[in-house]
Amino acid sequence: MAILFKRTQMLEKQIDGFLDAVSQGMVVFKMAVKNYIEGEKDKFAEHFHTISVLENKADELRRLAENQLYSHSLIPEHRGDVLGILEHMDDVIDTAKETLNHFLMESPVIYPELNKDFMELAEVASQAGESIVLSTRAFFNEVNAVKNYLHKVYFYEKEADKITSRLQRKIFALDIDLSHKLHLKFVARDVDNLSDIAEGVADRLAIYAIKRTM
Amino acid sequence: MLALLFLSSGLFLGWSLGANNGPNIYGTAVGTRMLKFRTAAITSSVFIIIGALISGTGTSGTINALGEIDAIAGSFLVALAAALAVLGMSKLRFPASISQSIVGAIIGWNFYVGLHTNLNIVSDILLAWISGPILAALFAMAMFFVLRAVLRHAKIHILRIDLYTRIGLVIACAAGGYSLGANNIGNVMGVFVSDSPFANISIGGLFTVTNIQQLFLLGGLAIAVGVFTYSYKVIETVGGNIVRLSPETALIVVMAHSIVLFIFSSVRLHDFLVYNGIPALPLVPVSSSQAIIGGLIGIGIVKGARNIRYKILGEIAVGWVITPIVAGIISFITLFFMQNVFNQNIGSAPKTASASGTINVQAAASADSVEFVIDE
Repeated sequence: MAILFKRTQMLEKQIDGFLDAVSQGMVVFKMAVKNYIEGEKDKFAEHFHTISVLENKADELRRLAENQLYSHSLIPEHRGDVLGILEHMDDVIDTAKETLNHFLMESPVIYPELNKDFMELAEVASQAGESIVLSTRAFFNEVNAVKNYLHKVYFYEKEADKITSRLQRKIFALDIDLSHKLHLKFVARDVDNLSDIAEGVADRLAIYAIKRTM
Repeated sequence: MLALLFLSSGLFLGWSLGANNGPNIYGTAVGTRMLKFRTAAITSSVFIIIGALISGTGTSGTINALGEIDAIAGSFLVALAAALAVLGMSKLRFPASISQSIVGAIIGWNFYVGLHTNLNIVSDILLAWISGPILAALFAMAMFFVLRAVLRHAKIHILRIDLYTRIGLVIACAAGGYSLGANNIGNVMGVFVSDSPFANISIGGLFTVTNIQQLFLLGGLAIAVGVFTYSYKVIETVGGNIVRLSPETALIVVMAHSIVLFIFSSVRLHDFLVYNGIPALPLVPVSSSQAIIGGLIGIGIVKGARNIRYKILGEIAVGWVITPIVAGIISFITLFFMQNVFNQNIGSAPKTASASGTINVQAAASADSVEFVIDE
């Protein structure tokens, strides 16, 4: 019996650790974009390293949790849903890291007129990511509270879309090369993509939460 | 040896009961892989035997009082008729319960030997059959509301709920096994009580294993053998046709079923209620499957399910009427053949029971002495 309790406690810790890693990744993402825009290359590199470590940690914890869930036939009714959530939550931090990687590899030139909008977009996209982490925690601990967080994910995703549209209009109004305009457009879409991924997880979570409700 | 051969029909009835009613207790838990079959089967089998030995006297007393069959050949045929009726009804896809079948078979014996059937007991039995599924539904509804409120307010991690549900399902296996043994041993061995082929065994002069306890032990073992040898196939065959339950709701349904079977079999509870002037339920074998169906319907009602198959209620009601009649007819015919073709004594109207007699089942506090008294 003690072994069962210990195993459950360990798995809870793994899932919590995974969600912590994703949540911290969102904070790091926001700070890294800010560093890039403000020209703080060293800090950006430091944050990129941090998010890479967090992403690896999240992968490792996810795999461990998935193996435990399958090998011990835990939560048979919701195992598929939980695995789906873990994998899609992993996409959130993967996307954040990939976006920062694009910044690192492509070194887009962010014009000062766009700084505020880019920072706002990164802020809102990361908030969508943080809200989906809160929703997922609620799914595990307090399923009836999931909807209290999901509406925030949808709100931030819509806000991110609005900022992206505004940003694109501003980009194409600038007197710069078309290639630069297109590059900046893709960078903006990259950052916005984080909130889209969070919205995708939210859609699944909404269904899973209904299934879990007694 | 011949006496043991005559017990075979009761043992077959026990085996069939274990194979078919075992999955009521742990079918969902095993089907959803919350519990291993071995764990579920061992737990429920052990508690079936314990339930039969400790609390089996209540329902057996009622079965015995309905028709005190005083010849083992008669008991053999009554149990055989009950088994054949269930088998035939199942082949015809009619929901038949061993509880109802054995009552019909005993009434068939009463008819054959010319004994007036005690209508008070019959009405008690009918009341139990009808109220069993209803009570199971009510218990399941109450437990569902409580569990839902707990889960809503307690903020328990999904993994902890899983762990607690597994522990709960093991307890449900034990409780379900105990109740099944206590309540349904009367179906399996009740007809043999009056003419038990065993003698009391004194162990070192310290305690005595009564002939009735030996009967119940044998019956409990037969049920356990049914659980181990065939119930897994029943889970596999029937699994897809049963309403799909979550482990949490399965736990509720099994516990509701166990409570119902328990209150219809516990002599102590019965005596306690009577002693305190509270109306007590009769000690009657009730159908385990129908208690489960009652629990399922209770869950369906509180969940606002619109597709409850009310037809199944009609089928149960038809079973209440048809199963005893079929078993009674088979019993009557086989008794006729046994007496007139094989010249066997199939029993006679008991001198100690009267048509207006009431049952007074006395179970000693310890299981080492069990006594049935039928007051005139």
